[in-house]
Amino acid sequence: MRAALVVLAALAAAPFLGFGEGYSLTLLARVMILAMAAVSLWLLVGGAGLVSLGHAAMLGIGAYAVVVLDDARVTDAVVVVPVAMAAASLFALATGAVAIRTSGVHFIMITLAFGQMAFFTASSLAAYGGDDGYTLYGRMTVLGHRWLEDRMVFHYLCLGLLALVLLGTRMVLGSRFGRVLRAARENPVRVEAVGFSPYPYRLVAYVLAGAVAGLAGVLLANAAEFVAPSYLAWQRSGDLLFMVILGGLGSLQGAVLGAVGFVLLEEWLGHLTEHWRLIFGPLLVLSVLFLKGGLVGVLRRG
Amino acid sequence: MSLGLLLVQGLNGLQFGVLLFLVAAGLTLVFGVMDFINLAHGVQYMLGAYLGASLAAWTGSFWLGLVLALPAALLCGLVLEWLVFRHLYERDHLSQVLATFGVILFLNQAVRAIWGSAPLQMPVPALLEGGVQLMPGLQYPVYRIAILVAGLAVAGLLWLLVERTRVGALVRAGATHAPMVAALGVDIRGLFMLVFGFGAMLAGFAGVMAAPVLSVDPGMGDTVLILAFVVITIGGIGSVRGAFIAALLVGVIETLGRSLLPDLLRLVMAASPARQAGAALGSMLVYIAMALILAVRPRGLFPVRG
Repeated sequence: MRAALVVLAALAAAPFLGFGEGYSLTLLARVMILAMAAVSLWLLVGGAGLVSLGHAAMLGIGAYAVVVLDDARVTDAVVVVPVAMAAASLFALATGAVAIRTSGVHFIMITLAFGQMAFFTASSLAAYGGDDGYTLYGRMTVLGHRWLEDRMVFHYLCLGLLALVLLGTRMVLGSRFGRVLRAARENPVRVEAVGFSPYPYRLVAYVLAGAVAGLAGVLLANAAEFVAPSYLAWQRSGDLLFMVILGGLGSLQGAVLGAVGFVLLEEWLGHLTEHWRLIFGPLLVLSVLFLKGGLVGVLRRG
Repeated sequence: MSLGLLLVQGLNGLQFGVLLFLVAAGLTLVFGVMDFINLAHGVQYMLGAYLGASLAAWTGSFWLGLVLALPAALLCGLVLEWLVFRHLYERDHLSQVLATFGVILFLNQAVRAIWGSAPLQMPVPALLEGGVQLMPGLQYPVYRIAILVAGLAVAGLLWLLVERTRVGALVRAGATHAPMVAALGVDIRGLFMLVFGFGAMLAGFAGVMAAPVLSVDPGMGDTVLILAFVVITIGGIGSVRGAFIAALLVGVIETLGRSLLPDLLRLVMAASPARQAGAALGSMLVYIAMALILAVRPRGLFPVRG
């Protein structure tokens, strides 16, 4: 976990090292929130061997829970966060129950399809702006206090939650539950022969990942104070998957490194040219072809 | 809602289903033979539409545009196979998904850089202009019927090719058990190039045919790609017959659901919530149908591998 600790320490120190102004802090918040989502996806891909191409939907459902409550003038985190996480978990439970019955390529396609279902639903919510999205009245309050309006507080909140999510995921993976999960990834037949059915383990992991992504969605909505259906687009799911692979599937910290690498690369290329995807796309292909083991692998070798 | 509307929407649904089949056929064969999941198949459809529209504008004739766009789409497919895809066959599905995702990002942006973000127009050919009378007072465009006929004809040809020729037998054998076919001395890579190029051309053909009735824009491939995935998942991956039936099913459910559900819901609720709930439910219908089918048959309707 050394690389992840270095990243977390750097994020903690960043406001005092010349990255304290609005724009940098917004960018760093985005890094941390996406890292959280990437960690939850890592639990599925790296931990359980379930390649989900619909993870952005969980993020989006968390964000849309904020929107629905905001529209009803419910803006306190004490209510919003549990409701959003519950909504994302419920969606994960319902779709996971069907998706996890399949495996391999079927699983990829079904998660993609469910993600699209959530996307089209969000686009048709005319009451919440439809395709145009919804601008929040403001950030959440915490027990009535407007603490999150302060950029520094928000920065350290994201950092704290990211650290918590990393720690929690590590504990889950190390537990008996996590060992069954990883064993089922390596060899489901043997796991069944020993007397475990992988299905409930995978489903619980899927729901857990959904809940964490829902939390990331809440933070994303609050960071931008705006939510649009594009949060749920399947391209966002592809981005998350790319973060996980860019970092490396060999270790959980890969998800954090991948998110940092992804957002910074996107930001840097975006400054270079309007058509930055012309460079980004081939870089993605090249990193898949040649960067085996991801950034974590490079660090280990180097 | 009248019988006429139902008829028109039903025909639209079938026509959309036929286009979906043309895209899904290549996808399901490529996956069946090489165990290769190609997200970039949707951009082949988009490239077909763009190439067709610009070549038609350049030559001044829809037909020349169509005839020239097909080899161009084939060439694009083969170049992509040569540059990127052939390095991915031995890799896991996750790498294939991501690398082909990168190809989509690149090509969608390239199309935007070359042709701009605004939708392109492609005129309906003079020969197929106008409409036919389905019922008294109900016209249906000839061009849309032509799409349906052309799509069904290509589907029939494909069936003949796959079921009744030697190459088709090899493709079917490859989809069932590729290593065994390779062991029998068949050049499976060569066979795959063939299937891949042909699939790219079919998707391109669908794109050209769709160009005059749908909007030609940089995101058009993504929508079709995901529905094509739904199609091959429902139909059973690797099965052309399954893809055909599933494509028509998805096309009809998608079109009828979006157009009729808001009206149907108005029978039981107020107009404004009915419109919203109908629109939401209509766009979800295909995915709900897929979930139901997969809950009963996790490997699709016509699974190829046992």
